[in-house]
Amino acid sequence: MEESIDKSQALAAQFAAVEAILAKNNHDPSRMIPILQEIQDVQKYLSKDVINYVASALKVPASRVYGVATFYAHFSLSPKGRHILRICDGTACHVKKSHATLEMLSKKLGLTDDKRTTDDLMFTVELVSCLGTCGLAPVVVIDDEVHGQSTPATVEAIIDDIIAKENAAKAEQGK
Amino acid sequence: MADSRKLTVNGREIEFTDERNLLEVIRQAGIDLPTFCYHSELSIYGACRLCLVEVTQNGRTMVMAACSTAPAPGMVIQTETKELREMRKISVELLLANHNTECPTCVRSSSRALQNIARRLGVAEVRYKKLQPEEMEPLDLSSPSLQRDPNKCIKCGDCVRVCSEIQGVGAIYFTNRGSNAKITTAFDAPIAGTECVNCGQCAAVCPTGALTAKQDSPRVWEALYDKSKTVVVQVAPAVRVALGEHFGAQPGENVAGKLVTALKLMGFKYVYDTSFTADMTIFEEATEFLGRVSNGGTLPLFTSCCPAWVRYMELYYPDMLANLSSCRSPQAMFGAVAKKVLPEQLGVKREDLVVVSIMPCTAKKYEAQLDKFKVDGQPEVDIVITTDEVGRMINSLGIHLSELAPSAFDMPMGFATGAGVIFGASGGVMEAALRYAAEKLENKTLENVDFVAVRGMSARKEATVHLGGMDIKVAVVHGLAQAKELLEDIRAGRANYHFVEVMACPGGCISGAGQPIGATNAIRKKRQQGLYTADKAHQVQKSQDNYLVTRCYEEHLGGHPGSHEAHELLHTHYQNRGQIFEAKVPVMRGTADKRLPVTVTVCDDGDCAGAKLVDQIAAHIKAMNLADRVDLDAAVASRKPAGLCVSVGDHVVEGGEPAAAIEEIKKAIDSGVASL
Ligand code: SF4
Ligand code: FES
Repeated sequence: MEESIDKSQALAAQFAAVEAILAKNNHDPSRMIPILQEIQDVQKYLSKDVINYVASALKVPASRVYGVATFYAHFSLSPKGRHILRICDGTACHVKKSHATLEMLSKKLGLTDDKRTTDDLMFTVELVSCLGTCGLAPVVVIDDEVHGQSTPATVEAIIDDIIAKENAAKAEQGK
Repeated sequence: MADSRKLTVNGREIEFTDERNLLEVIRQAGIDLPTFCYHSELSIYGACRLCLVEVTQNGRTMVMAACSTAPAPGMVIQTETKELREMRKISVELLLANHNTECPTCVRSSSRALQNIARRLGVAEVRYKKLQPEEMEPLDLSSPSLQRDPNKCIKCGDCVRVCSEIQGVGAIYFTNRGSNAKITTAFDAPIAGTECVNCGQCAAVCPTGALTAKQDSPRVWEALYDKSKTVVVQVAPAVRVALGEHFGAQPGENVAGKLVTALKLMGFKYVYDTSFTADMTIFEEATEFLGRVSNGGTLPLFTSCCPAWVRYMELYYPDMLANLSSCRSPQAMFGAVAKKVLPEQLGVKREDLVVVSIMPCTAKKYEAQLDKFKVDGQPEVDIVITTDEVGRMINSLGIHLSELAPSAFDMPMGFATGAGVIFGASGGVMEAALRYAAEKLENKTLENVDFVAVRGMSARKEATVHLGGMDIKVAVVHGLAQAKELLEDIRAGRANYHFVEVMACPGGCISGAGQPIGATNAIRKKRQQGLYTADKAHQVQKSQDNYLVTRCYEEHLGGHPGSHEAHELLHTHYQNRGQIFEAKVPVMRGTADKRLPVTVTVCDDGDCAGAKLVDQIAAHIKAMNLADRVDLDAAVASRKPAGLCVSVGDHVVEGGEPAAAIEEIKKAIDSGVASL
């Protein structure tokens, strides 16, 4: 059980950040998409509570905000990992076996089609359509950095590296 | 009238004036173009492509959707060509390909538009396959009023538009996209936990069986077969002018007498009229109104007969609940009185008496199962079925309603005045209340009982009635979006009334979602007219002249309206349900199977009363060792100022000082956990 008063006020403060974004947009329901974008930029995803909050603040039904949030692939309704891997599945990458990398990652990180983020929130793996760099196929984007001519082995090396760094940082903090 | 212009439809010259679109012009010419997504009172969507016509204008010929094309002089229109026929057929086949075709077991199979149109267009086979052999989606059976089967949805969006445009609710919306598109609630949650008010208007426009009224008739048959039970039934006013449509009668034809006969054949012991307790409602509500007027009480007074409207107020305008009449609906009054009076009168045990209601309404199903209308866990109205359901029950018996001889309702609760009967039309409750108030205020007999200004289908009906030296201003609205407009006008000081009637369904209960499907404004008017005709046919027109209601007061209800006994049985209380819109964050989580939900509204204000209470409440829960059996949430309100609001199970504590509130909250938690 958590100590309550601090927590509830911390949570209220979290919504104060959302409130600030809403205020900047004049609580204008026609600016729902930019509002959601800004919130996602800050909080990495749109939680159910945030959607409810935005809906009642804009005086629109929650079903409508949810409808907009699920329409655009850009919005995520579940938390994302600290490191985001985007595997291109455009035609060029697909024929060059981008799926082999996906399979490797799914196995290594215990992910499935429905579960795209690891439980420790370290990684999110997404399959995206053409990234527009077909000359480099198969392409994987890791934390906004483009890796061309990737293979399961090169990608595995990169994520092993990330895991090692995170563990080292954790050990440092623990001291 | 706009100036008359001409166009040609199938070689015939047709005049048109201010029709919104070609579809209306063509239908007026007597050609019934098929449509799914067009409803004259909703916005135009143009998605189903069934209303396609060939339009030749300025030498060019194009195929256009009639619903979304404005008529222009000189247009030459063909509604039937080989090409159009083929296109329409393709549209229907595409719709059917994504529709779960279990038609024989569908409650809507006799009335569904999709089936009818497919037959009309001669669709013999569906040439398209479903995109993928999808898994069946689970049904949503959470609501006491509605049933949702997503597998039958063809995404026409009619329900979405009714819910937001007519009802101003928006519980359902389009979500996801492409082949995953789905009409559902926020977060795809069970609809019972949303802001849905159970009006059922979405089901009333659904062209398939994706949204239907919850079916409770099997429970009625079971009660009727159970020899240890005495089953009685109340029939709401609006049922009698619509049920006949199931059996080929005209809308508005009054089949009350034949229905009584049919119900007796089914095995109901006694058949009563909800109009009796509608009269009783007038005794109570008009007394409440006159009391508020003379004592300077909260005005305007809002009627409270419609449970969808009551829920709407509890959700969206909790700060104005004091304006809502504390009177129960006639259905709920009937349940309370029947369960109190009938056991002794009929010599049966209370637990062996089953009270059934036949209602034009789906929201009444929701109302009947509310805890506040239960005694010792047993609902006062045991089962609610719709006009539609009773129509199908009669069918299944193999009797034809039109061939039955009429019988009379049973006494005493079958005796009603015309005022009680017009409750089923928008404006009826107001008119009945005015008939009562007029005699009380003027102290003389009211000769002309008709208050026609509050009748009919216009969106907002207003009247100023001069009574007892006072100008009484009244308003009547139907459709909750209209109610919302009126509430906002009142809040902003743009409008001012003494008394307001609200019904959730367009035209009132006569087009409730339990009535035969396919109500148009023309049908609504006929059903309303049916009730006004019935009013005149009754021996008495004024609720106050219902001597059997008066006798009921003398024998069981403390002698007069507003008495202590009347308050116990005929009135109710409301609760702020506004927390549904707030973002909830868990503070404490119990682990026991049954847990009491406690929600405290907080804001980021430095001295937020709620935030302080959270701590005290948590301390109390710990001190009493209840941590396992309580879920404590903080709810962050986006609508400010939030004010103090704490819900403990169904009990809501709001307003006032935290110091005073905490004692009430503690008590509510202790008794709430005890009764889990
Ligand atoms: S029952 Fe009424 S409020 Fe509920 S989803 Fe349907 S139209 Fe909306
Ligand atoms: S009625 Fe015109 S497109 Fe549906």
